[in-house]
Amino acid sequence: MNIVLNHFSAAFVFALFASIVFGITHRETTRDMVMYGLRCFAYFLGGVILAGWAMWILKR
Amino acid sequence: MANSTTEKAKAAPPETISIMSVVAPALGWLIPGAGHMIQKRWIRGLLLFISVVALFLLGLAMQGRIYKANGGDILDMLGFVGDVGAGALYIITLAMDWGQGAIAFATADYGTKFMIVAGLLNFIAVADAYHIAIGKKQ
Repeated sequence: MNIVLNHFSAAFVFALFASIVFGITHRETTRDMVMYGLRCFAYFLGGVILAGWAMWILKR
Repeated sequence: MANSTTEKAKAAPPETISIMSVVAPALGWLIPGAGHMIQKRWIRGLLLFISVVALFLLGLAMQGRIYKANGGDILDMLGFVGDVGAGALYIITLAMDWGQGAIAFATADYGTKFMIVAGLLNFIAVADAYHIAIGKKQ
């Protein structure tokens, strides 16, 4: 089986699974785990989008 | 006057080495999430299992390369340390001779990184299982 993900899909999948593990392992209560996981996910994807725009600006 | 070191020693609860504190991390390394499941943290264990296994298998399916303990280049050795964290997934991949994909397209390198990160995330999960076993975390 061969899967080809584009850059954004790969970043999305990475962010999703890494955030789940971070949320579970870095917080004590269920609510804190969910909130921390969501925050990590937003930071991951936000970082990707910011870096993408930064590279687009640098390229011009 | 009491010695402050003695007071600290009295205040801190002694860390007991139980069987669980050895078994849970070892099992968690071999099967991602199993260290939590054996301590009845079913949902956490299942989510960890899905996350680590999915990331590793996606990496394989993206033609990622698996690192071996060849002791050559320093980056290869670091890659090996990351990969070996995936436990049984790494052992099976080596045994079946998978993960030998030549990087033919840009995102194939992401596959290699996915597998390394899966192993590293499992190391974090193993540490968490240990903390639960010694009572440092609920």
